[in-house]
Amino acid sequence: MFKTESGDEIFVIDGHTHLWDGSPDNQRNIHGKQFIDCFYGYHMALSPKEQIWPKDKFEHYGAKTMYQDLFVDGPDDMAILQSTYLKDFYKKGFNTVEQNAEVARMYPDRFILNGSFDPRDGELALDYIHFMKETFDIKGMKLYTAEWKGDSKGWKLNDASAYRCFELCEKLGIKNIHVHKGPTIIPLNKDAFDVHDVDYAATDFQNLNFIVEHCGLPRLDDFCWIAVQESNVYGGLAVALPFIHGRPRYFAEVMANLLAWLGPDKLLFASDYAIWTPRWLVEKFWAFELPDDIKQEYGVDLTREAKIKILGQNAARLYNIDIESQKRKLANETIAVAAE
Amino acid sequence: MADLAAAADPRVAAVWAALGTVTDPELDEPVTELGFVERVEVTGQAEVVIDFRLPTYWCAANFAFLMVDDLRAAALALPWVRQVRPRLLDHMYAEEVNRGVAEGRSFKASFGDLASDEELAEVRLKFRHKAFQRRQEAVLRALRQAGWTRDALAALSLAEFDRLSLADPEGAKQKPRYRASLMELGLAAGPADPALVTVTGAALPADLQAYIQTLQSVRINMEFNGALCRGLLAARYRDQADVERAPELIDFLAGRVPPRPAPA
Repeated sequence: MFKTESGDEIFVIDGHTHLWDGSPDNQRNIHGKQFIDCFYGYHMALSPKEQIWPKDKFEHYGAKTMYQDLFVDGPDDMAILQSTYLKDFYKKGFNTVEQNAEVARMYPDRFILNGSFDPRDGELALDYIHFMKETFDIKGMKLYTAEWKGDSKGWKLNDASAYRCFELCEKLGIKNIHVHKGPTIIPLNKDAFDVHDVDYAATDFQNLNFIVEHCGLPRLDDFCWIAVQESNVYGGLAVALPFIHGRPRYFAEVMANLLAWLGPDKLLFASDYAIWTPRWLVEKFWAFELPDDIKQEYGVDLTREAKIKILGQNAARLYNIDIESQKRKLANETIAVAAE
Repeated sequence: MADLAAAADPRVAAVWAALGTVTDPELDEPVTELGFVERVEVTGQAEVVIDFRLPTYWCAANFAFLMVDDLRAAALALPWVRQVRPRLLDHMYAEEVNRGVAEGRSFKASFGDLASDEELAEVRLKFRHKAFQRRQEAVLRALRQAGWTRDALAALSLAEFDRLSLADPEGAKQKPRYRASLMELGLAAGPADPALVTVTGAALPADLQAYIQTLQSVRINMEFNGALCRGLLAARYRDQADVERAPELIDFLAGRVPPRPAPA
């Protein structure tokens, strides 16, 4: 719960979090080391100095620390766990659905667990979707279209094999499809993170929601163009949001574009924990105002109401969470945790 | 570790200056200012060794190839240079890039099936267009701030453009760079040609505000990468206490940037 200066309580759903293990013990090869080093680079590059973690904590922090950072020290009320596999880099995987399930089981009212699939696995992908639904009751998916596999340098959301997976998701009631369209990490071909395939999939699967993580940056204009035409396309603010600290004017320009094209009902707050922690992000976001010249140029404003929607109401709507009844549940859970 | 004695060698200084003409295609900024060139050495046989390091192990291989090849060409353009050995360090594809550039092979030939269908020349042109747009946005904003109307801007000739001085610092910085882009892309040739045209050579659109916002979206995308790259590079090679400032040439010369990542 985020408490404003005037004492108002704002319900916060963190749209993008991970419980990962990037420790040297789990690294399979040099790629595993370089991958977590790159994440640590993001952490150091955009965090305020006093928020920077030691490297070993960043590599492997564990479920208790995560709970503390998000819900005790941090203002999150709930968090969505996104799964990333990377089994070629990490012996047990980086943060598979099984790894994320550890913390979700400990604090069931706090977490929403999402799975992942790779349509290039064919029938196995369909089996795996069934398995995740039955075992973990996943509510959504996190997809990486740029991941390499054998000879393949990526896939598209509108591939026939992906459509079969989406059909199954629709049938099983897995409604929220988060797609990583953001900074390029592994691929040789930058266009593997091209956002245009979202357009096709969103048109053809009107019952699914497509949450484009990182708002398609660095392809914000393409993303905005698609999102404005598709009523079921949303933007996740992970990675865009931490610019609020080091480059506030730049952040204002990005927000003005998003507000002008998508509007405040289609944006989701996200920390991308543990790359960043939610407390400073929420505090700065709440205090942030668009500069006057940008407000005028775009004809938009980041109002108090818009912030409340972005911080929690929008995600609650997508994930069918009744905020008032959830608050009561969480009040009980907090007492139980304190009594432990 | 950069060698201070070598830094005093005028040949080394000449190579640094030549490398300053190479830009990161995606960021439109000189690779020397971005801190990507780590070390320059000139041997007794007039051979140039360039150590080059990108912000992450994962930076796109086609851009890496392009920059390493540009570095080689820039150093080789100096009349006394006999051979250039650029070395990409700490990159997932360092070996492939270094071998390909050294053997004068194309990106496609170096990477085979891994390469995208797009040839490097197309990628290069695409990013020259983006650089043109980013530079033009700064110039247009500065001119509009100074009271210029759309019609006056559309009618502005290259000769008149050259005589202008811009008060806005970003506009002033980008003005000569914009002019260089304009010439390079062949969008203006003589002093009577219009100085402000679109990237396809068309007249400035009637709705200038909307046009500037289109240019701005190009910049927003480039800046996102730029800020991340600078931050990542700084984070990779500097102490935590110093991450707020990107390393500059002087840091490398003074050996303040460790040549290898610190052990975890």
